[in-house]
Amino acid sequence: MFARKGIRGNEQPAGWLFVAPALIILGLFMLLPILMALWVSLTRWNGQGSPFTGDVPFAGLGNYTRLFTDEGLARQDFMTSIRNNAYYVFLVVPIQTVLALGLALIVNNRLLKGKGFFRTAFYFPSVTSSVAISVVFLFMFANGGAINAILSVFGIQGPQWFSDPRGLLHLLFERLGVSPFLTDSGLFGLSWWDWLSGPSVAMCAIISLVVWTTSGTFMVMFLAALQNVPVQLEEAGRIDGANRWQLLRHVILPQLRPTTFLVITLGLIGTWQVFDQIYVMSQGNPAKTTLTPAFLSYRTAFRDFDYGSGAAISFVLFLIIVLLTLLQRRLTRERDS
Amino acid sequence: MRSKLCGAALAAVLVVTSACGSGFDDNGSTTTQESTGPADLKIMIASSGDAETKAVTAAATAWASSSGNKATITPAQDIVQQLGQALAGSTPPDVFYVDAARFADYASVGALEPYAQGLDGVDAFLPNLRQSFTYEDKLYCVPKDTSTLALQINTDLWAKAGLTDADIPTTWEQLRSTAEKIKAKGVTPLAIGDTRDRIGAFLVQAGGYWVSADGKQATGDTPQNVEALTYVQGLLKDGLAKYPKAMDAGWAGEAFGKGKAAMAIEGNWIKGALKADFPAIKYTVKELPAGPKGKGTLSFTQCWGIAAKSKFKSQAVAFVQAMTGADQQLSFSKAFGVMPSRQDAQATYQQQNPDDAAFVAGAQYAQGPVNAPKMDSVLADLDAGLQGLQNGNPATVLQRFDKNAKTALGG
Repeated sequence: MFARKGIRGNEQPAGWLFVAPALIILGLFMLLPILMALWVSLTRWNGQGSPFTGDVPFAGLGNYTRLFTDEGLARQDFMTSIRNNAYYVFLVVPIQTVLALGLALIVNNRLLKGKGFFRTAFYFPSVTSSVAISVVFLFMFANGGAINAILSVFGIQGPQWFSDPRGLLHLLFERLGVSPFLTDSGLFGLSWWDWLSGPSVAMCAIISLVVWTTSGTFMVMFLAALQNVPVQLEEAGRIDGANRWQLLRHVILPQLRPTTFLVITLGLIGTWQVFDQIYVMSQGNPAKTTLTPAFLSYRTAFRDFDYGSGAAISFVLFLIIVLLTLLQRRLTRERDS
Repeated sequence: MRSKLCGAALAAVLVVTSACGSGFDDNGSTTTQESTGPADLKIMIASSGDAETKAVTAAATAWASSSGNKATITPAQDIVQQLGQALAGSTPPDVFYVDAARFADYASVGALEPYAQGLDGVDAFLPNLRQSFTYEDKLYCVPKDTSTLALQINTDLWAKAGLTDADIPTTWEQLRSTAEKIKAKGVTPLAIGDTRDRIGAFLVQAGGYWVSADGKQATGDTPQNVEALTYVQGLLKDGLAKYPKAMDAGWAGEAFGKGKAAMAIEGNWIKGALKADFPAIKYTVKELPAGPKGKGTLSFTQCWGIAAKSKFKSQAVAFVQAMTGADQQLSFSKAFGVMPSRQDAQATYQQQNPDDAAFVAGAQYAQGPVNAPKMDSVLADLDAGLQGLQNGNPATVLQRFDKNAKTALGG
């Protein structure tokens, strides 16, 4: 920023003055709490009184190394939560993105009647409280609930959703007759076999809930972008003899790239931070297969009074999100060139 | 117009900044000065329901007006989190409920005032409950009431399986053989919660427990504990006992109330729950069957904790004494069905509630929860192991607990 002396004199002080409210509010309510939390993550503060006094024992990087290098429950819990959340992200983000795009394409169809109705219906889950939806899903996925009743119509005996800790990949291996392998070696205190468990049956129920609720929000974003795609482009494509699939793949999708980037980024951030569904529906059970870093951080801080470790977990989570977003940006950028 | 708005926003920000600034100055050793005279007591309770909130509020109001103080009762939604925030902000309520399972966490960080040490008449409280609230040889607070586990039997299902009073199990062998008879009639015999707070009773009956009596050592992997878990595992494997989730119930009481299980192992609270949700069910309550080392059950309790940072400690102690008097405890038990924590009140309680004989008897030999700080995640991990007990290995579950507990207790 450089000052330009115009006829009204130096405008720099005025400029700063105008952005000052925003800067102060952001600094006060975002930057300062983040720095305070960073400090807490470097201490062994036990939650009594202020953490900003000389009495609070300084732990240095101890809270962080405990999560990665020290063998023990803290590392094992943290790595389990990372594994669970990774599988969760890996399933939720692609499914919700594709589903949102599909819904948007349906609603954007010029031949569709009752567009308003469908738009509202698809968007409805997103505006409902996630706690209320979680409770409804608890009933639906109960052992004798609606989902299992529907499955039994097709002769399938549904699992005990929220008490089933078996991982999907483990179930698949079992079906294929592969006995547990790589149980002796591992990474960060979890054996390779444990890393390869896949999301548990209980986690799958939560995944379906989240996909159902968030795809409506992203549908609206895709819909807005779709309505900005000029009709001429589509018509030109059709004149060139493109069929519907080619039209979607080579004309519409390239136009939607900024929106896709936004949807995937928001999806990545939101899914790594999943908390309220876990808090309401499972509290990390069964057998820790729905434990996520956000919930673990909360539990470590507020149940064990280990605020330092809790804050450290949230900072590691923050780093994971930043790194993944940067990686994703790089990947999409390379495609551009 | 715009500049006016801007100015207002700036002013607001400045006000917030200065308000926040004062928050940084307070340090750990601030005003714990005692005030005398009329106190304004803030009391936070983890209420079990409307009945408890009303009864405690009424008792507190009566105490306040007779002693010339003020007492405000706040029922907490999530007392652990709310207390955590209040303690971190140096403004804890003066008096609050402390669960025995969480007690050591609070005591170890110095949040509690050890007022009960040497308090007049403290010997009236049941010794095993006092043990639950003792940390490093200091008695911190007095128990407000207690509950114990017992065996509930659905009398209709019992008769349907062709069983009589003579079949009520008093030993592990009888429990198993009776359960087999019930299962033969196509009814799930026993509903038991998949947590240390239920399965732990079998450990006590076998002569073991998760930790040593002083709460300083992990004693998971012992022959007694392995025997107990192997017995429970046998019941689960043969379908003689089921976890509530396997019966589509949130807890054993619900499965029992729905008639899905002929027996359940739950505490006093099941009375109120069954009365409210399943009024038609007919049942009787017996002591838990004895194991190889005799009778054993678990007790659960909360105490009236007083904050170390309270300004009105002497008034708070007076309040707690009023709330834990024998007559007051009996009127609480009438209002919301808890068992008194005082020996002198228990006899009267038993006369008034003859059906509760098994719970009262259990209070004499009950084992309290694990009483050591920083154990919450270790115990949660243990529960995860117990959830998978049916297909797991009891010794592995116990060894894993020992390993984790040693780190937590030694560190």
